[in-house]
Amino acid sequence: MKKKKEIVEELLAQTGENGSGQALESQLGESDTFKDKMKRMASSNKLAVFSGILILLFILLAALAPVLTPYTSEEMDLLARLSPPSAKHLLGTDELGRDVLTRLLYGARVSLAVGIVPTVASMLIGVFLGMISGYVGGIVDSVIMRLADVVLSFPSLLLAMVIMYTLGDGISSIFIALAITNWAGVARVVRSETLSLRETEYVEAARSMGVKDFTIILRHVLPNCIPSLIVLFTLDVPSAILSESSLSFLGIGVQLPNSSWGLMVNLGRTYLYNAPWLSLAPSAAIMLVVLAFNFLGDGLRDVLDPHLKDS
Amino acid sequence: MEELLLEMNHLKSCFFTRKGVVPAVDDVSIQVPKGKIVGIVGESGCGKSMTAKSIMDLLKYPGRVVEGEILLDGKDLTKLSARERRKVRGEEVSMIFQEPMTSLNPVVKVGKQVREAIMIHQKITKSEARERVLEVFRQVGISEPEKRYECYPHELSGGLRQRVMIAMAMVCRPKLMIADEPTTALDVTIEAQILKLIKELCDTTGMSCLLISHNLGVIAQMCDYVYVMYAGKVVEQGDVYTLFDHPEHPYTRGLLASIIRLENLPERLSTIPGVVPNLMHLPEGCAFCRRCAAAMERCQKERPGLYEVGEGHHVRCFLTEEREAAHE
Repeated sequence: MKKKKEIVEELLAQTGENGSGQALESQLGESDTFKDKMKRMASSNKLAVFSGILILLFILLAALAPVLTPYTSEEMDLLARLSPPSAKHLLGTDELGRDVLTRLLYGARVSLAVGIVPTVASMLIGVFLGMISGYVGGIVDSVIMRLADVVLSFPSLLLAMVIMYTLGDGISSIFIALAITNWAGVARVVRSETLSLRETEYVEAARSMGVKDFTIILRHVLPNCIPSLIVLFTLDVPSAILSESSLSFLGIGVQLPNSSWGLMVNLGRTYLYNAPWLSLAPSAAIMLVVLAFNFLGDGLRDVLDPHLKDS
Repeated sequence: MEELLLEMNHLKSCFFTRKGVVPAVDDVSIQVPKGKIVGIVGESGCGKSMTAKSIMDLLKYPGRVVEGEILLDGKDLTKLSARERRKVRGEEVSMIFQEPMTSLNPVVKVGKQVREAIMIHQKITKSEARERVLEVFRQVGISEPEKRYECYPHELSGGLRQRVMIAMAMVCRPKLMIADEPTTALDVTIEAQILKLIKELCDTTGMSCLLISHNLGVIAQMCDYVYVMYAGKVVEQGDVYTLFDHPEHPYTRGLLASIIRLENLPERLSTIPGVVPNLMHLPEGCAFCRRCAAAMERCQKERPGLYEVGEGHHVRCFLTEEREAAHE
């Protein structure tokens, strides 16, 4: 009995007047910031880290293409047409004697840009519309979501083709076409996140402090959507790269003399038996980048999504 | 009687659902004098929180205030525009919530959250606001305020978070703080500290507080005046001593009887039979008659009005009315 009393007294002393056991907490207070999460991913998911490095490497190579390559992308070596990989041409040459590696690196610029720019654009559109839809609700929500349904119900490649035909060829048309076809998925995710965030007590608390709706969206809803957005981004980039490849392969994307990976696969198709490297090299590049983004996205989702924590 | 800060007259808030109209708050009149703590007590679903949310204009669609007025310092809040209403929130009336775990944004540092609350209403620089926040942190008993300022909510305990919430509610020096079950989610030692803090803040700053609780012990300890609510209506009101010493309404008596006392533990706990009726299908007569042991025939048919038994002591019950009538 006496022991019990002592324990109680000890506890009371700890929680005392002003204390609320705060001394205890400062020891317990371990923060799990974004940086920590990244570290956790680095230690647990080597594949994701490797993928991240690979993506950075590709970006670097694309950016430094003119410095790294001894040839220009349009330089023709007519004597060495369709030559297999050699020391002079690491990945061989195409039917006009252009260096495949050089074209691959220049093509990386287009492919990566097409992967990132329209994805960013579609995310901006999707986040904006999704948040309005989720926060305002009612008829606004219905209109935006039905619009998203319409976009999603179209085969996206077909829709992109229609837009490309209307706008004409060129990189900017591809950007627009891909942004228009991809925002709907983002909007849906953001809307559902907003719906649940809108009902949280801290949003109500913010409202009880007289915070404006716009500020609530910006400060309380958007930051809580970011983990999902990062994951969505890494999953949407490869799909955009693939879409561009498909469009270019079909001949309505990037036009010669520019190069893009999809275009290179298409052009190499004719020589698939005599010079397989023409198609294989860009195909491998597409595959590597797409896989890298997917693995990175998986890794990020594992550490950023609170629902999957410590599974 | 003292000067009134908040005067709520015949307030009615309804939810217009597809199945029908739910009167969550029905003809409720509450008065909060300056510098006093007023309690609202009742079971779950009796309209306590909805009353608070009506004052704050935080009722969610499809709910809204239908009738009545809410006078804050003589200014009718129900007649203000949305913009004016927002200015009142936080600056003149603020609110603390039940769940300190979820009422802070997990991705924003607590200091910043409190700082933003003040910067909405006052044109001051960030560093001035920071100083003010640290001052309020000290006032609400947060030790090492500078360190806590940089913490994320998940790094703090429930008690500390509730202190941060109180700091946020206090930071603009409101005239009225509404505390909606502020300690329900906390353990008893922390609960005692938080309640003590609220009381001290009211005493030192002259702020009034509307304390909502289902815990009669808390109400008895804290409040000057008490309103007992049942099915969206006030069934008994009075100052805390009268109400606890001479409860009139069978519901209040039932609530008091169901408190467990350590001195004479009963074999079975005393309860009020039945549940709160569905607000959409209230009985024709008194809302409590089906659960009331003393229900008369009259209770089934008519709805009792608020009947004054003593100074400021009102009861919504025919029993009292008839007894008093017999006296006269």
